[in-house]
Amino acid sequence: MKYALDFTWLWGSLGALASGAAMTLLLIACTTVFGLTISILGAAARRGRYPWLRKLVGVYVEVIRNTPFLVQLFFIFFGLPSIGVRLDPMVAAILAMTLNMAAYTIEVVGAGLDAVPKGQREAATALGMRPRLAFLKVVLPQALAIIYPALTSQIIIMMLESAVVSQISVRELAQEADLLQARTFRSFETYLVVTLIYLALSAAVRRGMILFGQRMLGAGVK
Amino acid sequence: MIEFTFWDILRNLLFATRWTVLLSVAAFVGGAVVGVAILFARISVARWARRFGAGYIALFQGTPLLMQLFLMFFGLPMLGLRIEPWTAAVCGLTFYASAYLAEIWRAGVEALPRGQSEAAASLGLHRLQELRLVILPQAFRITRAPVVGFLVQLIKSTALASILGFEELLKTANAINNATFEPFKVYGLVAVIFFLLCYPLTQYARMLEGKTAFR
Repeated sequence: MKYALDFTWLWGSLGALASGAAMTLLLIACTTVFGLTISILGAAARRGRYPWLRKLVGVYVEVIRNTPFLVQLFFIFFGLPSIGVRLDPMVAAILAMTLNMAAYTIEVVGAGLDAVPKGQREAATALGMRPRLAFLKVVLPQALAIIYPALTSQIIIMMLESAVVSQISVRELAQEADLLQARTFRSFETYLVVTLIYLALSAAVRRGMILFGQRMLGAGVK
Repeated sequence: MIEFTFWDILRNLLFATRWTVLLSVAAFVGGAVVGVAILFARISVARWARRFGAGYIALFQGTPLLMQLFLMFFGLPMLGLRIEPWTAAVCGLTFYASAYLAEIWRAGVEALPRGQSEAAASLGLHRLQELRLVILPQAFRITRAPVVGFLVQLIKSTALASILGFEELLKTANAINNATFEPFKVYGLVAVIFFLLCYPLTQYARMLEGKTAFR
């Protein structure tokens, strides 16, 4: 028997797909902001004066990097309630994604900070800037410009990995696909269309990141 | 509710770990074979082949692995193949791995000095001989560190096969958790087992990285 592709269900489902895609973008936006904040703090701690803190950040990075994201997600969502921490699926998803992303970007941000010449900080302090201001206004923007391409890739990888948060029923794109295929019995077509939407999203996010970077961080970003 | 001691849980998880290992090995071997084919397309002299290789890599690196696995699981039956979760997982992970490995090796090929290729040609080697005898051995050697690094990523990715219903480590953990209601312990142990599988490889990749920082 020959299988005939049928996409007629698609027209009635555009709303669901759009809201799923919006949710995926919201997840990755939150993750980017929180993850980047943690990784800046983590990179600073990694270069800080407290050996125990340096070690702690190192252990965190290794543990996250050497265990699957899905296991981390299940541990946070199913495991934490048994020690009294009960999280909403959305919060659990953002927490897991943030912790995962930060583990990868801590070293990226750190490499960027190391790549900014020492003279930049010295010049800033010589101009009378406080160390914190010199870091925020002089060192950090230059470091971010250097690592921008690596950061963009990491954000896109994380966005694609976020498909598995459908497993704790967050209504993002992959979850909408699950619901649609259960209703339409058109699993192959549904997953095909949703895969293509993810492809378009990742291309769009990459393009958007590049434009944003050029505007915010200047010509050094390509 | 069934009574499970800590040792029962651990024993069952360790038993399931061999499926995780087997799936990783199968996907890595499959991915290496298909990956070399994609690499050939990617560095071919024919424009259409290079286009195809680039498109293939962009497709697999630009979409979630979960969707690729679902497409494999729901798509192959359309071609009339009856498919087990195991087959779908191996095929899905193979294609996924091939895209990444091809890209890693292409970077290795491009890192080689032009003279290598020119010297091979001037010795009268065919393009295929040149690749087999001169280019690929060197490209494989200088990309050992990222390849081992990717292997870690692949091992972690096998956890997604649990969603297709394949009984690897995480799927077994879900089943045990449903029987024992001890998610903290069960998922914690799963994380520890994955860590023990991956961490030595991470360290090995780091060691290789130190060694092969361009000679």
